[in-house]
Amino acid sequence: MAKSKEAAPDIPFRIMPALTDLNAHFWQGGRDGELRFQRCKGCGYYLHPPSVICPKCWSKDIGIEAVSGRAEVLTFSVNVQNWMPGLEPPFVLAIVRCLEQDDLRLTTNIVNIDPYEVTIGMAVQVVFEPHVDQEVWLPLFEPAK
Amino acid sequence: MSEATDLIGERRAVISGVGQSDIGRRLFRDPLELTIDACLAAIEDAGLTTADIDGLSTYPGATGPNGFSGGGITDVHDALRLNVNWFTGGLEYPGQLGAVINACLAVSAGLCKHVLVWRSVYEGSAQGSGGRAAVMPGGGSTTTSFKASGFMQWLLPFSAPSAATWIAMYAQRHFHEYGTTREQLGQIAVNSRKNAALNPKGIYRDPMSLDDYLAARMISTPLCLYDCDVPCDGGTAVIVSRVDTIPDLRKPPIKVEAVAAATHGRPSWDQYDDLASMPAQDAGKELWKRTDLKPSDVDCAQMYDGFSFITVAWLEGMGFCKKGEAGPFLEGGQRIALDGELPLNTNGGQLSSGRLHGFGFIHEACVQLWGEGGDRQVPNNPEVAVACSGGGPMASTLLLTQGR
Repeated sequence: MAKSKEAAPDIPFRIMPALTDLNAHFWQGGRDGELRFQRCKGCGYYLHPPSVICPKCWSKDIGIEAVSGRAEVLTFSVNVQNWMPGLEPPFVLAIVRCLEQDDLRLTTNIVNIDPYEVTIGMAVQVVFEPHVDQEVWLPLFEPAK
Repeated sequence: MSEATDLIGERRAVISGVGQSDIGRRLFRDPLELTIDACLAAIEDAGLTTADIDGLSTYPGATGPNGFSGGGITDVHDALRLNVNWFTGGLEYPGQLGAVINACLAVSAGLCKHVLVWRSVYEGSAQGSGGRAAVMPGGGSTTTSFKASGFMQWLLPFSAPSAATWIAMYAQRHFHEYGTTREQLGQIAVNSRKNAALNPKGIYRDPMSLDDYLAARMISTPLCLYDCDVPCDGGTAVIVSRVDTIPDLRKPPIKVEAVAAATHGRPSWDQYDDLASMPAQDAGKELWKRTDLKPSDVDCAQMYDGFSFITVAWLEGMGFCKKGEAGPFLEGGQRIALDGELPLNTNGGQLSSGRLHGFGFIHEACVQLWGEGGDRQVPNNPEVAVACSGGGPMASTLLLTQGR
């Protein structure tokens, strides 16, 4: 497995997101073990990807909140192709839905399971892959305990 | 039809000519030369000269990763020393054929008479021996300083650089909700290979059986190698003309009956609500509001197959079968064969004839309506065709008819 020079030995190379004021809460919440999203202070709607206005009530009063990290697999694929250095195939790419809100979802990897055992509807929970020197903690998911 | 006829501006546009450069897996030629070859061929096909071209439209313009664009507006404008009254090129289009729709709107608005529209790629040569990573963000290097922004930041950090994996997740959801099988999906690739064998410009023309398909190596479940289109080099061009110029044209032009480019809901690969479909269903729904024709009137369908599942989304989205029923529709492959009820991707599509990135479909739709398909000509004088481009959050479609 190809590895970033800086990453810990068991952490695969990943292309990193460009951090901004708008997205830092999402990529860095894992430092504190928290999966964080924007949440409208007016109506309580979670926003992802981050935005500047609530699309439900048009409030601009938006805060950051942690969710439980529990989610459900909406769909997935076992990626077999070795596209680029990084996570060793076969690995699972998935879209998961956070339990807090019907349309709060993200693309992620499902880890700590045989890739071919993943199913749609499976209950999962967040686990963070630290890229400490890059100040990014990737939210991945594993089977819920 | 629910739209008032005088609001269907695209009917003032026709397609007067099409052209294509040499097409190959790797040609190692200057991509602008491929672009120009296609443009000059299309102008000649329309019976026009460069002096007649007063509009330009292209996707994606001179931008994107290596191999993605063989020439933007300025390149072609200057190479051909044109005088243009209107032009546009860009990446944020509703699918690649959005560039053709833009041209239809420009002539309809009276801004110009003859728009040269093109798309060219040289991904095959750009990849060279470096594999797909060579044309991907970061170039396959672990020491890259590249960082993902925009929508790619939500995908690339999870080692998902290819639309193959994103679309595989849509396919998986479709399989889950509707019981679709690889045997059914595989008919798209098998059918394309049969058609490519009849196309002198096809890239992969050797016979391929369903067993060959099922035995191919997996790329990202449930998509295998043959569900993925073939990076290639080549340019395609079409001329969109205003309907009052028909007397100046070499042959009866193709009429633009209706166009649509809708995306309802979130414009995103992973946030679009219905993960077993795509905005193809939104574009399809809007298209049929702009015409009295029905899906059953369509004589051949040229629909995006960058990955086979996108064609499934188009089949359902355009109403050729009910939602969730593309699997049974494809079963056995007879319906989509050249002599079937809906001949599909009759030039071999991008799966077997190369990733011309959307424009191969409109080229082929016109070729078929003009009866110029040679060995792959759809029988019984097809009069109505659709060309559909884009996958994921991008969708554009054109309904075309014989001008005779």
